[in-house]
Order: sequence, then structure tokens, then C-alpha cells
Amino acid sequence: MSAAAAVPIRERAGKTFDVERIREDFPILRMKVHGHPLVYLDNAATSQKPQTVIDALVRYYEGENANIHRGVHYLSQIATEEFEKARETVRAFVNAAQASEIVFARGTTEAINLVAQTYGRAHVGAGDEVLITAMEHHSNIVPWQLLCEEKGAKLRVAPINDEGELLVEEFEKLLGPKTKVAAVAHVSNALGTINPLQKMIAMAHRRGVPVVVDGAQAVPHLAVDVQGLDADFYAFSGHKMYGPTGIGVLYGKQALLEAMPPYQGGGDMISSVTFEKTTYNKVPHKFEAGTPDMAGVAGLKAAIEYMNGVGIGKIAAHEHDLLEYATGVVGQLPGVKLIGTAREKASVLSFVVEDVHPHDIGTILDQEGIAVRTGHHCAQPVMERFGIPATVRASFAVYNTKSEIDALARGIRKVHEVFA
Amino acid sequence: MPELRDLYQEVILEHSKAPRNYKALAGANHKAEGYNPLCGDRFTVYLEMDGDKIRDVGFQGAGCAISKASASMMTQSVKGKTKAEAEAIFHRFHELVTGHAHGDAEELGKLAVFSGVSEFPVRVKCATLAWHTLEAALEGKQDKVSTE
Repeated sequence: MSAAAAVPIRERAGKTFDVERIREDFPILRMKVHGHPLVYLDNAATSQKPQTVIDALVRYYEGENANIHRGVHYLSQIATEEFEKARETVRAFVNAAQASEIVFARGTTEAINLVAQTYGRAHVGAGDEVLITAMEHHSNIVPWQLLCEEKGAKLRVAPINDEGELLVEEFEKLLGPKTKVAAVAHVSNALGTINPLQKMIAMAHRRGVPVVVDGAQAVPHLAVDVQGLDADFYAFSGHKMYGPTGIGVLYGKQALLEAMPPYQGGGDMISSVTFEKTTYNKVPHKFEAGTPDMAGVAGLKAAIEYMNGVGIGKIAAHEHDLLEYATGVVGQLPGVKLIGTAREKASVLSFVVEDVHPHDIGTILDQEGIAVRTGHHCAQPVMERFGIPATVRASFAVYNTKSEIDALARGIRKVHEVFA
Repeated sequence: MPELRDLYQEVILEHSKAPRNYKALAGANHKAEGYNPLCGDRFTVYLEMDGDKIRDVGFQGAGCAISKASASMMTQSVKGKTKAEAEAIFHRFHELVTGHAHGDAEELGKLAVFSGVSEFPVRVKCATLAWHTLEAALEGKQDKVSTE
């Protein structure tokens, strides 16, 4: 998306935030489900896409498609320029110091696996420890478990309280001489808790431990400044922040990326290959083997421009309003118990209803056109911590409205009627 | 459009609230555990076999209304049946909930209330979890059964 195309959005948003105008940017929101207007409250799973992102994908294939960093022909140059421009857009978005610190990956999951398989394998040995928290998504548990199994290292888990907040002092205690890396969520996908990341990173750095951040649920909702946080690695996905599926980002500090062995081998990640020896390309290309998702990168750039056009501050403020409203309206319904009541939360309302399984609630809400996630949210240890098999999770985005939350409340009342 | 009442029939709701044979059998000589990782449903089915015959059956666990009611009504329908008879009932039940029923649904007796499940394809595995677990218990399989 060109900078010029972003301007009208900014003008339209104006000084006041107009959610109805925002909704017009998302074609899927016109859809009806089972005869009801779609109420899409499953944004923590994946967000919907604005027309500008959809157009960026089409524009890429219609006018820019060629393989990057390879040809001398016109289209290859255009594609390469657009690809590297997008890297600069991402750099500015998370305030990285240099564009070369931005590695494109398939998503948060691949970005975390990349760190575990490169930095992790080079630095974690037998008897060492990797520290995570009790609120991690499976994608920030399993890559570290695999590493620990391979190396004979130990996975340590910092506990959370009944509100779903990290016990920061316990986290600090678990940072020991054997800790080689800490991997933590910025925002919990199942509970919505915002972790005090800056403080946690400072604690880890005092002990010389680098921190890998799962930012998948933070980037869509908060202004992220990787330098301000002093994060060593920060991973996020395009599809949860209005971008396409299949594209994500790993931010890594330049010095760390340079010292790391490569992840996958292939084209583009090399500077020269002979059968005797291969010299690797410089970062970030060293970590981008093979033809990347160039259309996805174009879409990610359009998504960032869309968010910048609306203003991340306005998005965060709107979602905060929605969450407060939903917490009040849904939290007061009979039999409803909120799971995750941290003081600092973003955009996620997880709850259970007395005597009704979340899966049944999901089916009944679906009949009203309401899309929520029901299940363990790829965070089974979190469910275990709260002694429940699953929750219903409503998660909000820039285009959600208070009347949609009212519809959710009506849907939950309907659950009571069916199960009365 | 699928109707909620077709899925959540009174009989089903009643069984989900007050499941029958909800117990671990002291004299169980066959047992299996079933798990649906998608929604976290988890059941254990206990069998007291007398040769080829199911002398007693019980279950325990947690799950949605559909899976719990299905487990409850399953125990009623297979008690006293032979292994082959129980497997035949499951076969017909499976056809019913997947919308492939042919012939007389009445053969299934009370289990016919699950016909509405076929309109909700994502719920088929809820309705069949206990049955798959029963099948595993009958076979004497030790592995955990999963409907994912």
C-alpha cells in the first residue's frame, strides 16, 4: 500500500473515533451467519482484514510479482524494493534500531522455533534451564520443551495467581545461574493479562539472561517499542493484526542475530556455496531461506499502514472501552465467572458459565451469528491452573462495538434458556 | 437452518444434568479413557464383562452436554448386550449422527434423539467420544482414545 492510500483513512478517522466508519473498511463484517449479522469476537485467534490489506495482496500479484534478491529484470527489482520497504515499515512499527533486525517468518510460532533452534541450541546445554511462565501459549512452551529434551536441560515455569497475573517475584527467583534464556508472553492469549515486560526483561538482564517475547497478542493492541522494552527477541504474527495469514516477524538484536547459526538452509540465506563450504548471507537474510511470502509481506505492510492510519493509541483506547464494558455486562450475568481478572488486561474476556460446558455455549452463540472461541486456547496448562477444561473467550478488535457485546450478553441469556 | 432444539432435546439435557451409570465399577475388567483435545472432553468407560457379554457398564469424566448425555444413554443401551451387539449399535448410532442413517432409526430406540447432531457437524465428535471409548474398552486397548 502506498503512503498516499493511507491518508484517507487517517482523515476519515479524524479526531474522534468512529467505529461505524472503521467497520466499512472490513468487507467480511457485512456477512450474515445463520440469518444474523456476524458478530466476530474471535480476534485473538485471527483478526479480519481491511480492504486495503486484501487489495495489497491483489496488487502484489497483479503488478509486482517476481522473485526477490535474484533477478536483474524490472519486476524482480520492484518486488525486492517493495519487500525491503516493508521491512522498514515493520522496523518503524516496533521501533527497532535497524531494518536488518527484522526477520520475516511464517508467524509467531515459526519465529519462536527459529530462536529455540538457533540461539537456543547454541547456548543451552545439559543441566541448563529455560524459564517460561504459566500463562504461555503452546507455541511458547513446546519449542522450548523440544530444546530441553534434546539438550538435557530443564524447563522452569514461573507461576501465576488466581487473577491470572504473573508472580513477578517468583519469576525473579527462578532466574538462576543455570538460566540460559527466558521466554515470556507480552499478553496472555487465554487470559488477556499484560505482563510487566520491561521490569521482567530488566530482571533477566541483571542476571545476563536474554528474553524472547511472544508478542502475538500484544502487537494488535498496544504500541510496542522493542528498544524501550530492551527485548532481545520479539515475535509476532501478521494475521492477528489485520494482516494476511502465513506471515510473521522475528525481531532480534543485531549482535545476537549475527552470532546465531542459521535456521534453515537454502537459497537467499547464503552468500556463496561450494560443495566444500558455504558462506552465509548477512542478517536478516541468513534466516530467510527460500522464496519468502512476498505477497504476505506486502499485506503485512498494508496492515501496519492501516493501524497507523487509525492510530494505535485510538485502537487501544477503543478496545479498552470495549473490555471494560464487556467485563461489566457479561461479568454480571448469572452463573458467569470471568477467568483472568488481572489489573492490566488487553482485549480478552475469558469466562465460564456455571453448569454449561463452553462448547455448548459456543454452538448456541453461533446460532445467533456470534463467533467466539471455546476450548483451551492452546494453553492447556492455564486451564489446568484454574481447574477447568475450557473457557469461552470473546476477544475484541478495532471494529467491535458495544452493541455486539450486548448481543453476546443476549446470547448467554439464551444459553440459560436452553439449559434451564 | 439447523435448529438448536433439534440438538439440545429435553432428553439430552436431562441426561447431561443427571447422567446414568455415572460411576467407576469396582468389578471392572475392561476400562478405557477417551479424550477430545479440541474441547477438553475426557471420559473413562468401565466394563464388567462376563465372557462376551457386558454385565455392567459405567463411566466418569467431564464434557459438554452432548458428550455427557451420549455417554449416559450409551451405558443404558449397551448394558446386557454382547460385544458384537454393542458394536452394531455404535455403527448405527454413528450413521445417525453423521447424517448417513438408512433404514429405521427406531431400531436405535431412545438414542434416536441424537439425530439433530447431524446438522452440527463439529459436534459429531462430542456425540461419539464415549462410543469410541467403549469400543476401545471392548477391544481391551490400553491407549487413550482421541476423537481428534
